[in-house]
Amino acid sequence: MSNVFEYAPAPESRAIVDIKPSYGLFIDGEFVDGGGTAFKTVNPATEEVLAEVAEASDADVDAAVRAARRAYTRVWSRMSGAERAKYLYRIARIIQERGRELAVLESIDNGKPIKESRDVDVPIVAAHFFYYAGWADKLKYSGYGDTPLGVAGQVIPWNFPLLMLAWKIAPALACGNTVVLKPAETTPLTALLFAEICQQADLPPGVVNIVTGAGDTGRAIVSHPDVDKVAFTGSTEVGKAIARAVAGTDKKVTLELGGKAANIVFDDAPLDQAVEGIVNGIFFNQGHVCCAGSRLLVQESVADEVMTRLKRRMATLRVGDPLDKNTDVGAINSAEQLAKIRELSEIGEAEGAERWSAPCELPSNGYWFAPTVFTGVSQAHRIAREEIFGPVLSVLTFRTPSEAVEKANNTPFGLSAGVWTDKGSRILSMANRLRAGVVWANTFNKFDPTSPFGGYKESGYGREGGRHGLEAYLKTDENGGTA
Amino acid sequence: MTHQMFDDVVRSDSSLRRFLHGLPGVDQVGCEARAAGLGTRSIKTTAKAFAIDLAIRMVDLTTLEGQDTHGKVRALASKAMRPDPADPTCPATAAVCVYPDMVATARQTLGDSGVHVAAVATAFPSGRAAMDIKLADTRDAVEAGADEIDMVIDRGAFLSGRYLEVFEEIAQVREACGDAHLKVIFETGELQTYDNVRRASWLAMMAGGHFIKTSTGKVQPAATLPVTLIMLEAVRDFREQTGQMVGVKPAGGIKTTKDAIKYLVMVNEICGEDWLDPDWFRFGASTLLNDLLMQRTKMTTGRYSGPDYFTLD
Amino acid sequence: MSRIDVRKTYKLYIGGQFPRSESGRSYVVNDAKGRLLANAAQASRKDARDAVVAARAAFGGWSGRTAYNRAQVVYRIAEVLEGRRDQFEAELRASEGITPAKARSYVDAAIDRLVWYAGWADKITQVVGNANPVAGPYFNLSTPEPSGVIAVVAPRGPLLGLVSVVAPLIITGNTVVVIASEQHPLTAITLGEVMATSDLPGGVVNVLTGSVAEIAPWLASHMDVNGIDLTGVEDAQLAADLEAASADNLKRVRRPAPGTDWLAEPGLDRMTRFLETKTVWHPIGV
Repeated sequence: MSNVFEYAPAPESRAIVDIKPSYGLFIDGEFVDGGGTAFKTVNPATEEVLAEVAEASDADVDAAVRAARRAYTRVWSRMSGAERAKYLYRIARIIQERGRELAVLESIDNGKPIKESRDVDVPIVAAHFFYYAGWADKLKYSGYGDTPLGVAGQVIPWNFPLLMLAWKIAPALACGNTVVLKPAETTPLTALLFAEICQQADLPPGVVNIVTGAGDTGRAIVSHPDVDKVAFTGSTEVGKAIARAVAGTDKKVTLELGGKAANIVFDDAPLDQAVEGIVNGIFFNQGHVCCAGSRLLVQESVADEVMTRLKRRMATLRVGDPLDKNTDVGAINSAEQLAKIRELSEIGEAEGAERWSAPCELPSNGYWFAPTVFTGVSQAHRIAREEIFGPVLSVLTFRTPSEAVEKANNTPFGLSAGVWTDKGSRILSMANRLRAGVVWANTFNKFDPTSPFGGYKESGYGREGGRHGLEAYLKTDENGGTA
Repeated sequence: MTHQMFDDVVRSDSSLRRFLHGLPGVDQVGCEARAAGLGTRSIKTTAKAFAIDLAIRMVDLTTLEGQDTHGKVRALASKAMRPDPADPTCPATAAVCVYPDMVATARQTLGDSGVHVAAVATAFPSGRAAMDIKLADTRDAVEAGADEIDMVIDRGAFLSGRYLEVFEEIAQVREACGDAHLKVIFETGELQTYDNVRRASWLAMMAGGHFIKTSTGKVQPAATLPVTLIMLEAVRDFREQTGQMVGVKPAGGIKTTKDAIKYLVMVNEICGEDWLDPDWFRFGASTLLNDLLMQRTKMTTGRYSGPDYFTLD
Repeated sequence: MSRIDVRKTYKLYIGGQFPRSESGRSYVVNDAKGRLLANAAQASRKDARDAVVAARAAFGGWSGRTAYNRAQVVYRIAEVLEGRRDQFEAELRASEGITPAKARSYVDAAIDRLVWYAGWADKITQVVGNANPVAGPYFNLSTPEPSGVIAVVAPRGPLLGLVSVVAPLIITGNTVVVIASEQHPLTAITLGEVMATSDLPGGVVNVLTGSVAEIAPWLASHMDVNGIDLTGVEDAQLAADLEAASADNLKRVRRPAPGTDWLAEPGLDRMTRFLETKTVWHPIGV
């Protein structure tokens, strides 16, 4: 009798979602046609066209901002916090009720495994709305006062489409702002389903406006004179352009940008869990994570052992159909991103690093990249400095804690870092010395609505999540202190 | 019989302690998250059929009660040989597991069916007896026809750091086993921490145990996925270091097919297919078997079955 | 016959030293009635660069000190300032042409502000930090940390304005390169003398005098400066340009604050604007 335990396909049913042939913009509580050139969103796992989506023109963005302003002035800013909270609780509940539908749609549009959209993204989305709902009537205790800013313009990326929407919309609404949000052009569908959820929740028209489009639409939002607050998650390059665009205005800005996080493994680390942390750090969500642990810094004395364990573990990763419940690594989100990952990987090889990819069969259609690790990487290599934003790990070694800190901090980024050691005092010392907004010690890639997230240096500014996340959406008086 | 590679390690209490405490630590949360993650695998259709038959073949069908009688043991042994009398394609279990005084009865019923007789010895379940009594208990069971001995370690000695004493006890029992295979029960519910489970695993493997086993079934919690994960990692790493395979047996508390499949997924992904064999992985269980049979029937008939259709032995 | 004064040479304050501008330039500083007070050093971009190097070098040590120790040092600045208050009152009267009573009130307020901020060193973490109750077995703590090297364009108030922008930065562990008020630079250098004798490590505060329009753009575009406080920038276009240049490395920016009442209690914002929040996770298990 053969001992080979082949897992049969276990696909999540796609029947739960109803994708329309075309989608409009969600402005003032209604779906309307866009003035731009409609674009197509595809399933990155199959290259199948899923739907045609409207592109918001400057005039559409203006209409959305005006709707948001009206809703802000007439309804939302006048409503008591307790009443705003009830809407947010409603939304949280509907997200839970329609959780499976949202998860399937997210996996289809984004390419991420259903396991992740079902067990990570959607539950945290609901939790985020639930958490901030509770703040809406307690803002005076937050330390940031309770005065909203007005209209928030929000632009989010494609790696966690619905989760990033929640991170933006939940605190904005809780604080009494109204929003115009643009989802990424490759992943608009869950944001549009969220618009339906706003309708189901009877959220007053104009409080949430969703406009789809690409860079031009985003620029129109950021530069609109009646937008009081800009919140962006995405590349450092675009973040800098936004910072330039708002210079000299009164707009308040928060930016969540790129990273090149060091995941530091000491020789006394709990090795099996460290290997899980390394895998989770770089292969979670196909490595499309701004805080991914993309630089493994491993102490020389355990480097070989860690690499052996890591490669053995990587060989068990199941890459393929995002809707299969057993898939660990899904599809790369777009052809463009795949090209970028390939290019940087080729540069890694050309620069002399040693490439190893997990032995896995990749589907013939769609955008795929096997989990890959580069060893023999030095700080000077481009793959050790640039954000690849894909399932590619660069491995460097160190000898002493000081060397680990130096290498970890030797980057313009400062979003996150990981430390693995069984020695308590060393954890605290490393956590103190690492210049990063989130330090995961003996864990990695953990997120929670109560926990502030955001970067140092070129990883951006401002925090999302927790009490700190409120500051971005409240008027803090620069001259007289906070309320 | 103990592994020569570790002669230096077991030279003294302090060298053994240094070795065991030098093993990589276990982070509880990370370990439990990994086990839970593997537990989300969705095993369907052909994979499920494969897993159910494999699980049946891995069951040590167990009765370890004060109220056990020869009649009960005979019935259990019959069931082990033909778990589903209505379906001749249903495989037999790996073994029956009984107290030493029931070994002869089990042996007699099982004959040369291939189903092994396992006996819990060494003053099971507490292990609180003098060493010569534990050895006599072991020899009695082997003489009565046991193929496998499930011993318990002295948790008191282990928890107070007398590792060498535990090591020597295992080594002596192993010698008393003769040709019978030795399973070493840790009673992980009493060891409390995963670090202790990892240390106990290495201790038992170095002392020559053929199998490491979680629990007696008399202490809660008995087998859990994370504890089994630690033990699977230990046997995997031990083979990497010595080339020698050791088996793993979670026992107690595994009641459903769904649970059993989670364990098999874990074996598959932590140790690989070499361990997907009754020689290297067992379930210590009693009620599990009927659930496996019920699910097996569902797979073949396409409809849900009920407990009335399976024998209670 | 009356004695001839020994006049003071006003230089820059960089890295704990008082160098002249490497450019060799100076500019005339007049009193309120237009009479010569002194020649102030006119700092160049290279002086700004040196000041950033000094501030960066000082950052690790200063931010690594205990909050209690930073409090002691800033309190010490207040003590030394108190001891030299006559000198500062005289300088303020000369440069601004204000009454003795007004000069006294500014010195009082400046000293009191230092004392106020000194007390914040070991409290700000408690007020803006958080233990976060995440939904899982994790210890999760958010604490503030200084952003790093901060460039500051000081407002006109030669003493109180300057103290009010510098104290909140250094108390939290940042190090500072400050361009003194262009019109009233002399007090800033005298304050440098106070800092240099107050156990404040060299490089924690660096004072440049000269043209804001000339120096500030170099600081705004400097890739090793983490934040910029534009409080004293009076030209709106210059402020916008400096903010835009700051985007090159995503400096934390504090926009100009015209009309600030420097005598009012400041609140937390001057501290929190240049603090990062670090959140540390650790599993809880046995």
